[in-house]
Amino acid sequence: MGVTKEQVESTLKSKLNPSHLEIIDTSGGCGASFAIEIVSEQFEGKRLLERHRLVNAALEEEMKEIHALSIKKAVTPGQWKQQLESEKSTSAA
Amino acid sequence: WEFVVAALSPDLKNTLDKVVTSQKVVLFMKGTKDFPQCGFSNTVVQILNSLDVPYETINILENEVLRQGLKEYSSWPTFPQLYIDGEFFGGCDITVEAYKSGELQELLERAMCS
Repeated sequence: MGVTKEQVESTLKSKLNPSHLEIIDTSGGCGASFAIEIVSEQFEGKRLLERHRLVNAALEEEMKEIHALSIKKAVTPGQWKQQLESEKSTSAA
Repeated sequence: WEFVVAALSPDLKNTLDKVVTSQKVVLFMKGTKDFPQCGFSNTVVQILNSLDVPYETINILENEVLRQGLKEYSSWPTFPQLYIDGEFFGGCDITVEAYKSGELQELLERAMCS
């Protein structure tokens, strides 16, 4: 049995309480493979390695079935807001 | 398969301590630097090549005990795993991020001088 996108989503929601979460199924049908973007207050004051560790730990059970997991973004709500604003200003320019 | 879960014996831990400090930069990966067998491993190899640092690669596909033991050793579930100056640095995504921000070059320069 593989892991579904919905499963990954509900686990991350319950464990990391994200204010924004995007999960992209990158498997193309060949097996559980995901890319994720996650915004959570729990990342505050943590280095990137520690943030990724939090995500990996939250998905400990799912990782046994997941073939590839790519954490594209693991940012705090503050950083997320900044990124959105800078994107907005570059697209407006 | 309980014994696979408890793969990190004191002997293996000792060996890994030696391996990760044997070179400034050590990459545990799928395949070798000349023949990566996974896109994620290949990405890290390309980054290290472009930064022109000496590094050693170890193919975890050839040793299942090593593969399981390393996951425990670094508390990291996937490969590749990059070690700098004897310390676990991260997997593919972290390496890419740090490369883009310039943090990786800085860290490697410091490691080479130490």
